[in-house]
Amino acid sequence: MIAAQTPLKVSLAATAASLVLVLVVFELIRSRRLRERYALLWLLTGIVLVVLSAWRGGLNTIAGWFGVRGYPPAVLFAVGLLFVIVVLLHYSTVISRLSDQNVVLAQRLALLETRLRERESAD
Amino acid sequence: MRDLAGYRRIAVVPAFNEERNIGRVLEELRAFDTGLEVVVVSDGSTDRTPDVAAAHGAHVVRLPFNLGIGGAVQTGFRYAWEHGYDLAVRCDGDGQHVPAELDKVLEPVLAGEADICVGSRFGAGDGYRSSKTRRVGIRLLAAIVSAIARQRVTDTTSGFQALNRRALELFAADYPHDYPEVEGMVMTIKHRLRLCEVPVRMREREHGRSSITALRSIYYMAKVLLALFVGLFRRRVVPAEDV
Repeated sequence: MIAAQTPLKVSLAATAASLVLVLVVFELIRSRRLRERYALLWLLTGIVLVVLSAWRGGLNTIAGWFGVRGYPPAVLFAVGLLFVIVVLLHYSTVISRLSDQNVVLAQRLALLETRLRERESAD
Repeated sequence: MRDLAGYRRIAVVPAFNEERNIGRVLEELRAFDTGLEVVVVSDGSTDRTPDVAAAHGAHVVRLPFNLGIGGAVQTGFRYAWEHGYDLAVRCDGDGQHVPAELDKVLEPVLAGEADICVGSRFGAGDGYRSSKTRRVGIRLLAAIVSAIARQRVTDTTSGFQALNRRALELFAADYPHDYPEVEGMVMTIKHRLRLCEVPVRMREREHGRSSITALRSIYYMAKVLLALFVGLFRRRVVPAEDV
């Protein structure tokens, strides 16, 4: 049995979509709406998807490695999903850190306010 | 009861919208020991809790928004640590804790036998009532903590505690967030601080409702168990003294 090949149309559509992702991320960084440290994972996602979408031979080969014989573009879904999971996990750690810092800030602020209030009432 | 006069001592009272209970708690604390300073940590209260507390002569720390019990208590411990207190007791602002029982938890700390002493609502005789599911949860946690601590612990959720300065140092630096008492006990043990437990009387709530409902207690158990498990693999925040 000959392994299935990636259809040209699928490749073109996926490449276009991935390119849009890369361009949007680029624009967000350029307009300072996305910090570089959070953009890196997204850029990496976009670039990997562009490469895999455009390079049909490569996608077919990689699909072969993982035993995906019926429909090689399924590898695109898998890779995309993997990156999305990594990005989400990364954001969970970012949120956790922010909320920890938020607690410390609230505590320090409240303690300072108490100090100030007690000093003012002592004067 | 030993003489407290030689110690700078403070009561940490976390309170969230407790304007109806806080006044009485503060009066009872004063009646227990006139030399006891009190810091009330108002955890983002939207009622008159901070004003009532200030009117009763307490130091008041107003958190800008609700941090949850762990964040509030830690704020109080930081206050005590920064202001150089030797001894701290924690007594909740909802009226469940009985300040007159404080000498029981203070005794082992004053005697130098413990760094933290926790008042347990079980074993005092007059039967603290709670639902059956809740009792199962409490037993399970007690069994786990007892196993980790290698000493018998019956009440892992009690916030009625006395701490010396070593314990204050630890908790000022790091204190668990949402439901802190269970993890706090395990942190105590991991840092080689001495933990003890004594039976005390507690009251039922007078006004308002407890923050722990049925659905929440399941969430609570899952979270605490996860925290306990992960906590076993965590490094120390404050270097433990080798004993």
